[in-house]
Amino acid sequence: MSTVRDWAAPNPVTENRSGLIGKPVDRYEGRLKVTGTAPYAYEVETPAPPLFGHIVSSTLARGRIASVDISAAEAAPGVVRVWTHLNVPAQAARGTRLNPRSQRASNPALESDRVEHYGQSVAFVLADTPENARAAGGLVRITYEAEPADLDFLSSLDQAGPAPGEEDARIGDFEAGYSASEVTVDATWFSPLQNHAQMEPCATTAWWEGDKVVVHTSIQMVKGGQHALAETLGVPSDRVRLFTRYIGGGFGGKGQSYDDLTLAALGARETGRPVRVAYTRQQMFQATIHRPAVQMRVRLGADQSGRLNAMALEAVTHCARNAPFVEHAANFARNLYAAPNRLTGHRLVRLDIPHAGAMRAPGEAPGMLSLECAMDELAETLGLDPIELRIRNEPEVDPDNAKPFSVRQLVRCMQEGAQQFGWERRNPVPGAVREGRWYVGMGMATAIRGNFLLPAKAGLRLTGDGVATLTQGMTDIGTGTYTILAQITGETLGLTLDQVRVELGDSDMPPAPGSGGQFGAATAGSAAYETGMVMRRRLAELAAGDPRSPLYGEDPTLMDFANGNIVLGNRSESLAALAARAGPEGVYVEGGISPAADARDWSQHTYGAQFAEVGVDSVTGEVRLRRMFGVFAAGRILNAKLAKSQITGGMIWGVGAALTESNPVDPRYGSFLHQDLGGYLAPVHADIVNLDAVLLDEADDKANPMGIKGVGELGICGAGAAIANAVYNACGVRLRDYPLTPDKVLAALEAKGL
Amino acid sequence: MKPFAFERARDVDHALSLAAASPGARFLAGGTNLLDLMKLEIEQPPRLIDVGRLPLADIAETAAGGLRIGALATNTAVASDPKVRRRYPALARAILAGGSVQLRNKATVGGNLMQRTRCPYFMDAAKPCNKRLPGSGCSAMEGLSSTLALFGASEMCIAVSPSDMSVALAAFDAVAETVRADGSVQRRSVETLHRLPGEAPQVDTDLAPDELILAVELPPPPEGGQAWRKVRARASYTGALASVAVAGDRVALGAVAARPWRARAAESALADGASPAEAAAAELASAEGEDGRKALVRRLAADVIRQAREGVGS
Amino acid sequence: MLTTIRVNGVDHDVDVDPRTSLLDLLREGLDLKGTKKGCDHGQCGACTVLVNGVRINACLSLAVMHDGDAVLTVEGLASGELLHPVQQAFLTEDAFQCGYCTPGQICSAVGLLAEVAAGQPSEATADLDGPVTLTDAEIRERMSGNICRCSAYPQILAAVRRAAGAAA
Repeated sequence: MSTVRDWAAPNPVTENRSGLIGKPVDRYEGRLKVTGTAPYAYEVETPAPPLFGHIVSSTLARGRIASVDISAAEAAPGVVRVWTHLNVPAQAARGTRLNPRSQRASNPALESDRVEHYGQSVAFVLADTPENARAAGGLVRITYEAEPADLDFLSSLDQAGPAPGEEDARIGDFEAGYSASEVTVDATWFSPLQNHAQMEPCATTAWWEGDKVVVHTSIQMVKGGQHALAETLGVPSDRVRLFTRYIGGGFGGKGQSYDDLTLAALGARETGRPVRVAYTRQQMFQATIHRPAVQMRVRLGADQSGRLNAMALEAVTHCARNAPFVEHAANFARNLYAAPNRLTGHRLVRLDIPHAGAMRAPGEAPGMLSLECAMDELAETLGLDPIELRIRNEPEVDPDNAKPFSVRQLVRCMQEGAQQFGWERRNPVPGAVREGRWYVGMGMATAIRGNFLLPAKAGLRLTGDGVATLTQGMTDIGTGTYTILAQITGETLGLTLDQVRVELGDSDMPPAPGSGGQFGAATAGSAAYETGMVMRRRLAELAAGDPRSPLYGEDPTLMDFANGNIVLGNRSESLAALAARAGPEGVYVEGGISPAADARDWSQHTYGAQFAEVGVDSVTGEVRLRRMFGVFAAGRILNAKLAKSQITGGMIWGVGAALTESNPVDPRYGSFLHQDLGGYLAPVHADIVNLDAVLLDEADDKANPMGIKGVGELGICGAGAAIANAVYNACGVRLRDYPLTPDKVLAALEAKGL
Repeated sequence: MKPFAFERARDVDHALSLAAASPGARFLAGGTNLLDLMKLEIEQPPRLIDVGRLPLADIAETAAGGLRIGALATNTAVASDPKVRRRYPALARAILAGGSVQLRNKATVGGNLMQRTRCPYFMDAAKPCNKRLPGSGCSAMEGLSSTLALFGASEMCIAVSPSDMSVALAAFDAVAETVRADGSVQRRSVETLHRLPGEAPQVDTDLAPDELILAVELPPPPEGGQAWRKVRARASYTGALASVAVAGDRVALGAVAARPWRARAAESALADGASPAEAAAAELASAEGEDGRKALVRRLAADVIRQAREGVGS
Repeated sequence: MLTTIRVNGVDHDVDVDPRTSLLDLLREGLDLKGTKKGCDHGQCGACTVLVNGVRINACLSLAVMHDGDAVLTVEGLASGELLHPVQQAFLTEDAFQCGYCTPGQICSAVGLLAEVAAGQPSEATADLDGPVTLTDAEIRERMSGNICRCSAYPQILAAVRRAAGAAA
């Protein structure tokens, strides 16, 4: 096993001689996307005309299906199959894992008469057209026997229990430290349930080739989807070939497969025809995962100088009764600020609602909406600038575990951000700046998000045309995976980008963990880099051992790669010629990356500072963004253009979290209030005004051989808190109940007599 | 979507005779609301009569000095019309605040008037809703929706009209001209075109099933300033939490009732010399509902009246 | 129901179910899957196409309503290998990530440029009686009918600006 010391030596990527690393090149698959020719899962060509599936969803939260009448649906035009739990083909029982190495257990659809949440699949129709399938779905008659259900989070807080397998993290004596503090803050924040609202609904196209099923599905994890379907069908995983080449947004919500995958595969098997199944937009809300609501109590105790003596963040959140998930809203606080006495932990309420799960920056996204506002409150109480307060609490080592930081540029992010944003123009007196009917204010917050490296592999083939093709069972959910893998491969082998191809999203390819947790670039990229290095060694050995090569007999360890050639001194040979001699298949190698044995000896994070200026309408309480700016440090940046897109996209998610996004559960039904994009308010273009970000130069040599880290989730962290702090600065209203919608702002203004 | 017969009307008479002959048939113009509801099976007409190509899209000045807007003029066409922009800017603003460009390019004036509520419980066919399924109950009364009626609601229904355009039309005293299969032409005030829910919230308007809107007529714009404002959490592409249109001494409120709500109490208070704030308070005195909603509408109305009077324009 | 429709310059005589949306006709009937289905209810803009030069949501229109109409989709914008200026601007400015809303954004931007050229106002137009100029606020408002959940809005703004400059 390697250690981080093995990664410290200069290498082709860190040397970056052809300058591909960091270069703001256009997106690899961009041309396909702007011409509408990138086929998403529902759109792939099928070997024969397909059937169309439609899923019928439960309108009950908890209980059992009492009766089913599919006669009208079966008799409807074009209908080929109608399934309920009574006649669906056999599947493995839920949770079955025939193969102990399967990453996911079986996940059967229509498995029984039990209903565990509103929106659960209860019937499935296959028909010759989408119109006929959906219309027949409306003819399926189902009656239910309701059972008592726990549906309301806030009225169930007294039922909160410990998060499974977790204990509170305690350092020092929080209670003693807090009560001894000269200045305290004690307040509770609420972050509501939110939906991913990916633009592409979950969808699968499936057909069978003999005893093997081919599925194209929209999923972030190739192996997870393949294994879940194989276990559900009760077949070895090599009988499932899963493709996921283009994914219309994931954000964590497509980290798992849903019933479209299972039912498409079963439908195709039973009919012998290809099958397409897509969720409706309403089902996307009701039948996929969501970010759970979180209630967070923060207590800060400090001395008059602003030095924290005690800090607590206690979060209560919820998950589905039989699908444990914890939104770790308190975890980030363990690594952010120094304080000798610390308490963080989570409590969990089990509800009979759809499954909670990971959504972009799980934990930090809601969590930072509390602590980063509490720090703003503390700064005001102390009469300190919020940045100065944070600098006074900047730890020298990780306050959670005393580990050294691999690299931590948080203070620099704040200082550079303050300068570029014009923070010195902020009037610290709330409500002091007025423009017409608008209160205007500024706020800031920090951002922190962990960095992870997971094991991954890749394949690389060099062919006689001089083209290197990287293959990986990895996904690109819009994050730029295709592009950065091409850049890494090109730089590693000394090729130009038009000499590199990247193929992803195929379960037959060397496995990678997929897109999630901001680990994709570092993990897949490091595997690509290592595979490139394997290829370099192989090619050097081939050249050294081949009398037809000008490099014959030379020391392969001294050979270099540049401009499409393998080089030693003044002798060189093109990679194309070398590969051509290896035969029609060229040269193929595989490589991979594993976390270094000592990687966790350092505290590894990405950091940032968020700045926002908002206007608050003094008449109506509407909050509008006026400008937003962030400075971030996230290791070496592979593509300046795409990384910035990721970061600003995350910041805009923070705008949504702060101002518009929320989906309450109706406690009478267990359904969400909003089941469409007209009701659930993701930000639109007009919401986003003058928003920009900067990424600092950085290389984290403890992270991986290239010193890169993830950027996909960092941008959302703290973004909403900066906005909430700006709202306070604008109008003097502290709102701790997100999102800060006009009704809440106006009520607070009225309460202040404004 | 339930199967239906589709027929394109050759002319107005053809459209009317088809409607008279087909119980439950619906006229289809832009389709942006009707098709939306049909996909959810909230609307299940057995027949659609496509009137979209009838020659009813002209926007012309009337002899009275007002404006006649054909029912099939698109929202975009109306908001872009120089006559509307110059003389009825509050109407142009109200239209431009609704939906998206794509929707406004398709949606017509007549269809906009006929659009149904966007109450989330009406939009969810699985929920009790007296407007959708009479007698099933009202889920919104004890529900989570943030946009409930403050005026004119009943025990049966508390939904609001989602139309921004009609709020401005009401402030301009606009009239909808309709025709029926028997040839009878009616002129109906836009303000009262929609019924208050009363005991029959399933009936949105007084229009007969074979009654087609031909045009909307605006009298000459009143003396005095005009103003329009719409409040919403998102900056665009979303329904109003509340809206206000002011045209001279006339005030209309939006998203507060099943119809555009002419604020008569506010208007008479203004006529009696009340301040904008006093006038708004007078109107809200009869409102029923959440204090926060009332405060929003009161403050907004006062400010928009003031804005119109100061001639800031809209 | 027999319907004649011109798509990207090619006439098609199709027999469609009256229920079939223009969007589903394009995607399923004519195999033009570049136009995306995001919400199917006019609430996202992913299905935006140009009908007789005007942008609409293809999901909220029946195919049979478009007998005789000329439809332009994302597949009809480029001239061979040469991208339409709006497509090229989206590529250059990285105005997309997952790409699913992108065809709709691009068609919307094409429609936008024509609308501004025709002097049509928007909610962001300060003076309804004056000429319409393509400010950033105008672009933001006019593109608000196209949700991008990846949130590439700053880059979309830059792309529309760039395309407008190229068109000018």
